[in-house]
Parts: sequence; structure tokens; C-alpha cells
Amino acid sequence: MKTYFLLAWRNLWRNKRRTLIASASIFFAVIFALLMRSMQEGSYDYMVDASVSMYTGYIQVHAKEYWDKRSIDKSMELSQTRIGKIDSVKHVTLVTPRLESFSLISYGNVTKVASIVGIHPELENKMTDLKSKLISGKYLTEKSRGVMIAKGLATVLKVGIGDSVVLYGQGYHGVTAAAQVEVEGIINFTLPALNKTMVYLSLDYSQWLYAAPNRVTTISIMIDEAKKINEVHVAVRKLFDEKYEVMMWSELMPELVQSIEIDNAGGIIMLGILYVVIGFGIFGTVMMMTAEKTREFGILISIGMKKWRLSYVSFLESLFLSFIGV
Amino acid sequence: MALIELKKITKIYDDTAVPVQALKDVDLIIEKEEFTAIVGPSGSGKTTLLNIIGGLDKPTSGNIIIDETDISTFKTDQMIDFRLHNIGFVFQAYNLIPVFTAKENVEFIMLLQGVEKEERERTAVELLTAVDLSDRINSKPTELSGGQQQRVAVARALASKPSFVLADEPTANLDSVTANNLLDIMEKLNKEHKMTFIFSTHDARVIKRAHRVVTLRDGAIESDVITDNAMANAN
Ligand SMILES: Nc1ncnc2c1ncn2[C@@H]1O[C@H](COP(=O)(O)OP(=O)(O)O)[C@@H](O)[C@H]1O
Ligand SMILES: [Mg+2]
Repeated sequence: MKTYFLLAWRNLWRNKRRTLIASASIFFAVIFALLMRSMQEGSYDYMVDASVSMYTGYIQVHAKEYWDKRSIDKSMELSQTRIGKIDSVKHVTLVTPRLESFSLISYGNVTKVASIVGIHPELENKMTDLKSKLISGKYLTEKSRGVMIAKGLATVLKVGIGDSVVLYGQGYHGVTAAAQVEVEGIINFTLPALNKTMVYLSLDYSQWLYAAPNRVTTISIMIDEAKKINEVHVAVRKLFDEKYEVMMWSELMPELVQSIEIDNAGGIIMLGILYVVIGFGIFGTVMMMTAEKTREFGILISIGMKKWRLSYVSFLESLFLSFIGV
Repeated sequence: MALIELKKITKIYDDTAVPVQALKDVDLIIEKEEFTAIVGPSGSGKTTLLNIIGGLDKPTSGNIIIDETDISTFKTDQMIDFRLHNIGFVFQAYNLIPVFTAKENVEFIMLLQGVEKEERERTAVELLTAVDLSDRINSKPTELSGGQQQRVAVARALASKPSFVLADEPTANLDSVTANNLLDIMEKLNKEHKMTFIFSTHDARVIKRAHRVVTLRDGAIESDVITDNAMANAN
């Protein structure tokens, strides 16, 4: 056994340069493959992080059924201590409350449906970097009585800073929510879905407007490491009973999961191709080594070496070659 | 009982454009401990005959009986095993595994036979000493002269403890001093180890050394002579 290893090993070094080139090419291909994979996986983390920081957060807490119904009637009343508990879960970096609803917004004779979101201005800014997207006017404060409106929506409505728009919708338990509010700021989103629909109010004011004092529809949670999502999800889930739903970004944005999966499949195919290329490289080298030795093989068979033993030696040679590379 | 008996061996190569009849009805008996040369001009069928005796090639018709076994009907793997245990081979050149030392080359055939490590080493050193290479035991083939390489090949051929050794033009690449030297060693092994040697050559100086000379011409035996050497060595 040892002798066959020795034979294969020494055969490999008969042509040092070729063996080095072959193993170097395996080496680089493997490095490249690993690098490509880790870059791709890193880019998913980045993609997810960028996506969740846009709006949803990594994890959201709602009252049960809110995500399906999207009704303010499915809002919840959460104490500061409850929120504080989420905040103290390991890996949680930020917890921000929202009161979200859909309402009509009109100015002049233009009326649109908008996503009206009551926010905690400072926390929201920490999470979504909202202040940096402000292109005119001023950013909301907790006491604001005005709105910030997405640029796309402002353009359609033809409103500017200082103009008053009318909000009209349904508040908690069917109460009519209507008010005339002043546009205090205009925000530019790169994402068209947000740019055409978003209207921000302070949380206090929205709770008053929708007759939902102390109520929120959504708790949005940010974490420091995308990989800890499951761990955090379990911990947060424990803080709430079955009257609440605790959802991860993958449930909140199934389309993001899908696009990652598609991209990932592409990556795996690329990897497959790369491995096939490496395989042929090894195969070619071993073929050359074998072709050079036909005479020698002839002699070995003549003196009584069985063919499977020769194949075994050739197999060892390719194995060694691959291992040197790796 | 004869060591080797060839009965009406005919060999026709028909994979060529024109079929070549390399051997025609060759009958030949080789006894134990012979030191026989197969001679004849190039193309007369020496290699073909040795290949058939050694089971490297099959005759078109006829039988080969070695130690009372008819090997004409053997299957490939059976034949390889038979060669490993019964026949020693020395070829014209490039006999050795280039990445192995002289000793490893000699040991290798015993490894194939499944001989224990200790005995392998002992036998290898013994045989390399017998072919006057005790000082080159750990040299690689590239570090040895052509004559030395052939002597390693002879040592290897004997290592498998075969019934006989076949050598196809073993001196073809050697100058006459070296060739004579190789013949000395073969003759010594023939005498001291009682090893049967059958070698082909077309070199007159080598033919002189044989104890029996079988001459081929156009694939047929032209003459078969016991030489004076045989008398001189018989005692
Ligand atoms: N593999 C082969 N295929 C076809 N013809 C061959 C083959 N080997 C040998 N021959 C032919 O058979 C004849 C005998 O060749 P060979 O046995 O090699 O003679 P020698 O060894 O005496 O020179 C020659 O005519 C040669 O051309
Ligand atoms: Mg020949």
C-alpha cells in the first residue's frame, strides 16, 4: 500500500513545473470559488440589511391578524415597560413604534390614497435614516402637528411646504378621521413604492387623529447581526402571547427572499461550472501524465502488474494533485 | 519433462494492411537451466517468439506448454498472474520505474507478489549484490549507466523467483564491454542460481556466449545448435 502511495507521489513530482501549475490553478480556482461564495453570501446580508432599514426592520410585532387585515382596529396598546423589554433582548439595537393606516389625501381637486404613518421621529430616523432623505422643509418632532410627505406624492398633489392637505380616513372602531394639516417637510425616497405613498405624522398626533390614544399597529425591531435573526425572533416571541404576531423580514418581504434565492441558485450554478473546470484541469494533467507513461505501463503489465493496480496509482496521483492545490 | 514446449506455433499479424506471417509452425523445446539465444536478422520473428513464450502475445495457432500447463487458453488477468509468478522479463531498454531506486525497483515485483517487507529487502540487496551493484542500491535509474540499468532489470527478473527469464535484446543499447559484462552476470546466475535464460540478439559477440543457439529466418527455425560453451559449462 505504502509503495503505491510512494509511486504516485514521486510520479507527481517527475515534472515539477506541471504539477505546480496544475496545483496552483486548483488553488486559485478554489480560492476564487470560496471568495465568490462568501462575497455572495455577504452581499445577501447587505441586501437584507439595506432592505429592512428602508422601512420594515428585521422583525415586527403586531396584534394578531394585523398583517392580513391592515386595519387600525387590529392595533395594540403597549406599555413602555413592554417596549423596554424588547429593547433589552440581546442583539436588538432599536425598537420603534408606528401607527400605520391608509387614508385619502387631497389637495385642490386631486385625491390620492396614501400610507399614513405615525412615527416616533427620532427613533424612526435612527432606523431608516429618514432625516437624510428630507429635501425641503423641516423634520418632524414629537410635538409636530404637521406632515412630512413623500416627494412623488407631493408632485402628484402639487403641494409644497406650507400648503395644507386634507387627510380623510377611518380611525379606531370606525370613527371618522379627518383633518387639515400643513405640509412641513418633503422627503425623497429612491424606492417608487414609498415615494408615491408615504405620509408621516408624529405618533402623538396620529393617535389623536385616528382616535387611538396610546395605540400602535407595529413595533419595528432592528438587530446588529443578520445571522442572529432566529435567536432574536425566539426571544421576542417569548415576550408576547398568542394575541400578538411576531414576524421576521422573510415573512414581511417574501419577494426579497425570492430574489435572493434566484440569485443564490445562479451562484451555485456558477460554482458548479467552476468545479467542472477544475475537474477537467486535474483530468487533463493526469491524462498527460498517463500518456507519457504508456511504455512504462506496458512494462509494468508485462512483469505482472494488474491493470487495476495501475489505475489505483493513477487515481492516487490525481488525488494528491488535488490535495496539493487545496 | 521439458520446461517449455512450443507446438506448431504460427503467428500472423492481420491488423496491418497486408497480413504478416511472423512465425511459421515453430516447434521448440527448452529444458531447465538452458542458456539459449534466439538469433536471426531483424524482422525474423525473435520478439514475436519471445512475446508468445512470455504470454505477452497469443499465437494465431499452436500451443505453449510451460511446466506442464498450457497457457494458450489463459485469460488476460490469469496471464498477468502467471507472468508475475513464473516468468522474469528483461527488455531492451527503459525496464525500470524511473522514480524508484534500484532497490525499490527490485522490491516492487515482490510487493506485487505479496512478499513480506523484510524478505523483499533482503532478496533485493542479495540480488543487487549478485549483479555487482551493491554500491548502487539506492540510486535512481537516471543515475545509472545503461549497463547498470540492465543489471538492475536482471536482478528484478530474478526477484520474482521465476521458472525462467526472457530477455529481448538485452544488450542492444550497450557497448561490447558492457554487453559482455551483462552476459557474464547472466551466465553466473544461470550457473549458480540454476536459472534458465532465453535471450534474443543479433549481435555476433553475444551469440558466441550462448550455450544453445536457435536461429530464426522469416519466422521459421533455420538451425538449432548446442555450442561449445555448453560443453565448457557442463560439469
Ligand atoms: N505488432 C505488429 N503488427 C504487425 N506486424 C508486426 C508486429 N510486430 C512485428 N511485426 C512483424 O512481424 C515480423 C517479425 O517481427 P519481430 O518479431 O519484431 O522480429 P525481430 O524481433 O526478429 O526483429 C516483422 O515482419 C514485423 O514487421
Ligand atoms: Mg525484436
